[in-house]
Amino acid sequence: MRRSSILMLGALSGTLLLSSGCSLQPWVKPYERDRLADPIMAWDRDAISSGYMDHIRESREGSRGATGGAGGGCGCN
Amino acid sequence: MIAALLLIRSTIADVLPDNRADVFYSKYSGGGMDITGYSATARAKLTENFAVEANYFIDKVSGASIDVLSQASVIKDERKQKSGTLEYLHDKTTYTASYISSVERDYISETASFSLSQSMFGDLTTLTLGFSDTHNTVGENNGTADVPKVAWVGHALSRTYSGGLSQILTKNLIADVNLQVITDAGYLANPYRSIRFLDGGNAKGYSLASQVYPDTHTSTAVQVQAKYYLPYRAAVTGLYRYFTDTWGVIGNTYEVDYTHPIGNTWIFEGRLRYYRQGAASFYSDLFPFADSQNFTARDQNLAALDNTTIGAKVTYAFLPDGWRIFKRGTVTADVSRIRFNYLNFRDIKDFSLPQYTPGTEPLYSFSATVYQLFLSMYF
Repeated sequence: MRRSSILMLGALSGTLLLSSGCSLQPWVKPYERDRLADPIMAWDRDAISSGYMDHIRESREGSRGATGGAGGGCGCN
Repeated sequence: MIAALLLIRSTIADVLPDNRADVFYSKYSGGGMDITGYSATARAKLTENFAVEANYFIDKVSGASIDVLSQASVIKDERKQKSGTLEYLHDKTTYTASYISSVERDYISETASFSLSQSMFGDLTTLTLGFSDTHNTVGENNGTADVPKVAWVGHALSRTYSGGLSQILTKNLIADVNLQVITDAGYLANPYRSIRFLDGGNAKGYSLASQVYPDTHTSTAVQVQAKYYLPYRAAVTGLYRYFTDTWGVIGNTYEVDYTHPIGNTWIFEGRLRYYRQGAASFYSDLFPFADSQNFTARDQNLAALDNTTIGAKVTYAFLPDGWRIFKRGTVTADVSRIRFNYLNFRDIKDFSLPQYTPGTEPLYSFSATVYQLFLSMYF
């Protein structure tokens, strides 16, 4: 009973989110995005470099993930 | 034009990124290890909707970290990683499939990944979902650095489930949240690292034994970051990541970056990162006796630790008017200094009896420097 209520609530929330999302108007217009288009605003300008740093960290820390991929290998040595 | 394409990479997903070729050099030095890396990458759009990317990376390792040095000879090894990626764009959705193969003398890893990225709500929001499957084969070199004798000790399987949401909040502010759950099963220990336990019969006061890890592991990481365009032309980024796993490790990462361009030629970047974690529930620097519990570890990665990174990066753009097939090029230098402090992992390589009884050795710490230099050509 409790599980089905949670599922129904989830489905209802999802439906509301999608229906409201479809009617959303972009509040930052395309012609207002010149600053966001500047290269300094890119999340990751150099994926190879950030992947390499992630690999170094994952070889020395217990944490991993949610950074965008760190390649393979064990860093056992 | 270039700026517009970079926007697409960062915030929306309805045009594939520009063609690009990179050569990359890196050097890591610290904690008794020197690792030199070389890499080459090329990506090309075959049509407006279809792109391919290939990367080759080679790491050459010499030396060994402290917990390996405490019991083994100096190590020389090489890691060769190859990857290939296909990207297909359909309307507002980008589908990406990739394969990564990483081979060391004593470790083979293969990963297949798939992700899709959907731009929505007037391109203010980008949703990304991903899945990857990894198969690792783990070995142990019982020979020497020059004459290896590798015994394969086990396999491990990993599955990664990822979700991400990137959101334009204002004309100066973007935010991003990523969730990643990883499950592992199989041989998960590092065969080169050992536990130690008190042993009055040994002249050192302790003896070494193999680690015993659980054969399953599930971790969850959530990262939130925001990037703000300052009132003058510069950007500041704040990042936080929370990590937890079924082995009892809890990690917190904090990072602040500052990016400052000068004209269209130079981009300077500075960053400060702090990371702290608690130890795994079955970790101990010194166990009271052999087989004192079901699972045992003394791997420094599972100890309580913190580290602080300070880094600087400079990018110089050249050929603004292009040359032959190239539209422009950049050269980038990056240096990071990392200080590692272990809170319950002791230095048994440099300190021992009679001055230090087991468990009273100074805690281990070291500093590492990471250099990166790379050339990127856009065409």
